[in-house]
Amino acid sequence: MSGKLALNPVLVARARELAARAAAPVVELAQAHTTVSVERAVLRLAGLTGTDPVTGDGPEQDRVPWVNRVVDAVRDQVGLESGVALPVWHALTSGAAGSLPELAEQVGAGTARFAVPTDPEPAREAARAAVAAGIAWIDANRARRDELVTTLGDPPRRPWIYLIVATGDIHEDIPQAQAAARAGADVIAVIRSTGQSLLDYVPEGATRTGYAGTYATQENFRLMRAALDDVSRELGRYVRLTNYASGLCMPEIAVLAGLERLDMMLNDAMYGILFRDINPRRTFVDQRFSRMVHARAGIVINTGEDNYLTTADAVDEAHTVTVSQLLNERLAHEAGLEDWQLGLGHAFEIDPDRPESFRLELAHALLARGLFPDAPLKWMPPTKHMTGDVFRGYLLDGFFNLAGVLTGQGILLVGMMTEAVVTPWLSDRDLALRNVRYVLDAAGNLAEDFHPQPGGFIDRRAHTVLAEAVDLLERIADHPQGLIQAIADGTFGITRRSPDGGKGLDGVVRLAPDAYNPALELLEGVRV
Amino acid sequence: MSDGTIVRPYGDTTGDGMVQTSFTLPVPPGPRADGAALQLAQKMGIEPAMVVHSHGIGGGGGTAGDGAAFTFFVVYGSVRHLVDLAAVQVEERAYPLLSPSEVNAAIKTRLRRSLVVLGACIGTDAHTVGIDAILNLKGFAGEKGLEYYREMQVANLGAQVGVADLVRTARDRRADAVLVSQVVTQRDAHLRNTRELAGAFREAMGESRPLLVVGGPRFDPAMAAELGVDKVFGRGTTPGEVASYLVSALVPAEEPA
Ligand code: B12
Repeated sequence: MSGKLALNPVLVARARELAARAAAPVVELAQAHTTVSVERAVLRLAGLTGTDPVTGDGPEQDRVPWVNRVVDAVRDQVGLESGVALPVWHALTSGAAGSLPELAEQVGAGTARFAVPTDPEPAREAARAAVAAGIAWIDANRARRDELVTTLGDPPRRPWIYLIVATGDIHEDIPQAQAAARAGADVIAVIRSTGQSLLDYVPEGATRTGYAGTYATQENFRLMRAALDDVSRELGRYVRLTNYASGLCMPEIAVLAGLERLDMMLNDAMYGILFRDINPRRTFVDQRFSRMVHARAGIVINTGEDNYLTTADAVDEAHTVTVSQLLNERLAHEAGLEDWQLGLGHAFEIDPDRPESFRLELAHALLARGLFPDAPLKWMPPTKHMTGDVFRGYLLDGFFNLAGVLTGQGILLVGMMTEAVVTPWLSDRDLALRNVRYVLDAAGNLAEDFHPQPGGFIDRRAHTVLAEAVDLLERIADHPQGLIQAIADGTFGITRRSPDGGKGLDGVVRLAPDAYNPALELLEGVRV
Repeated sequence: MSDGTIVRPYGDTTGDGMVQTSFTLPVPPGPRADGAALQLAQKMGIEPAMVVHSHGIGGGGGTAGDGAAFTFFVVYGSVRHLVDLAAVQVEERAYPLLSPSEVNAAIKTRLRRSLVVLGACIGTDAHTVGIDAILNLKGFAGEKGLEYYREMQVANLGAQVGVADLVRTARDRRADAVLVSQVVTQRDAHLRNTRELAGAFREAMGESRPLLVVGGPRFDPAMAAELGVDKVFGRGTTPGEVASYLVSALVPAEEPA
């Protein structure tokens, strides 16, 4: 498939080299800092769960999780510069509390006293052992997934068919997800409630009250994975589950995904910054940790380049998608993810009224395919130019599906003809799957016969976009702040975000020389 | 049809009344399901109705396999109902459409200061394309946004703005008008948020509150009074319409003496 366009290898190599330079300031920043959510993720890996009952008598989801209470208490007393592990496991090894839950209770009662130990060794050792148990659980889940895929089997063909459920109520989502799997979906994504990205905690428990999506909670993850395991057995193929590691709690959600055997996670280096106004520093630190966890868990990430094309023009700004894919790839590799785990995003968002729009789409999709031959690209349907004319929308989705098979996309998010109208109805999803199935059955192997003319329209367009991407990368890499400056300049999705603006900056802490994070140590240990 | 104000749907002949509709019933596919669909169609006034297509949803093994609990129908038929054009009610635009230069001139000569406009998307809604279309220079449908209007001072606060913050900013900047966008409508989030907005401004500023304008693709423009705001704009709104409305609502009709 990568051979469809003869991309200039010198230019491609140059693009990657520039992406590495542009991303370097981000990596440095991430290495030098921690965040409240990274530290909470450490406690979650060590098995701390539940909420403080004193923080509310409503449903559990509205109460403050223990991990938040403990991290806040450590921060108040000794700061987070050394990380949460040393003070917490110092309290445990020095006998102040018998267990992590007991220590949390003391925090709740206001009696816990934290200190950074002068001899860190005992605390380090205990922390490492506690966190290793969580990582072992993640490893076991990865092995279990491999086993289920071997016994039940993978979907029969590519692209994998990816479908969203979003009722707000996990108990309503489950039958919908099972129905979707029976009707042919290979991947189920449970989209999150609006507003969850801005919560600086992960709600607990099974939830039924989301808006335009369902809360990501450990219990919801567990319930849905179990339901999909049932339907996988019934269907004789492993149905994958997706959720979203974005917002203020990327690291924790990544840990929960690993603990509950989710298979794919939305995880973009910039989405939270651009589309939720989350502080860039916060996002970059959180993003790196969360990706290290995904790498370990064998999770496929999905990046969010498609979203840029909802606020920027899909032709004029096509090269920003390419640039972002290269940056996402770089940051992912740096965090330990391998090519097969990179569901780099792109989308069919060109104005259908524009002449040659379909050929332009093919050019852009083939460029992504050619640049990332081993990545399972995530192909996103038209949304921006969908209107209340659902009939035209159905046709457009058919062309989107066709472009997907012609250009060898890895994961196809099923487009809904009612995109501009409602969150999908049962029948919308069914009709959409029929559309996909028709195209895959009728033209699934058409890629074999599809060879754009060298020097022809598609070939030329792909090269133009690549050249524009390299130009832009040159400019970004030349700036000492690299990507951080590019985001401030409004390079992506024509949205400007300054490094000091946005939500969550107060949760970022510069690390002291004695800082210790057992999770980072264990996750980095295995990396090549 | 005789007096020209009564019409019926048009299939391929005047007066045939033909319509097409589709829906899903929670009934397994089969003759009983088709009968149920016919019954519904008749109650909707479609008579005679034809179920031209039906298939099961949710069964195992792909298309309409066994065990489907739902059936999807496509129905064609002739509706009995007549449409009386004389009785149609719409929110007619109650103000003249002005060009940007007319808007600027009106503000300059009759208000004699710039018109302060604040825009935001409130609650957890992160959809900014709509409010940007109205406010940003780039505009929408070939019309420039309000930022282009020389006599307007426009601040776009972006998305996920809290109502309390918005009230404070409006007061600090002495906003003449506050423009709010709401796109997510699940569980009527847009209506709840709009009422909250209206309530907060009423409480904080009473009669001296700025003009409140909300917009979004699923709003019914006739709902303004019910929601406690001054004006509601729906899908496809252009910046020019909004600017013209602001002039009619905020700029005195005559030059001050
Ligand atoms: C682009 C988009 C996004 C982008 C937004 C980027 C951005 N910065 O805005 C991203 C990818 C971030 C996004 C996210 C989500 N989205 Co979205 N998104 C869309 C999409 C594709 C287009 C919306 C758009 O930009 N329209 C173009 C503008 C110009 O039109 P408009 O908003 O209607 O505005 C016009 C008028 O309404 C009016 N107007 C609007 N506001 C105002 C204000 C004033 C004062 C005035 C006068 C006029 C006015 O004037 C404008 C010009 O005519 C729609 C689907 C569609 N095709 O409509 C879904 C859609 C709106 N999204 C939807 C959902 C559910 C979400 C998510 C909640 C999904 C999730 N659970 O994660 C998240 C939102 C999270 C959040 N916190 O809000 C649903 C909403 C369903 C509903 N009715 O409740 C839709 C309809 C898709 C769907 N079918 O499910 N989305």
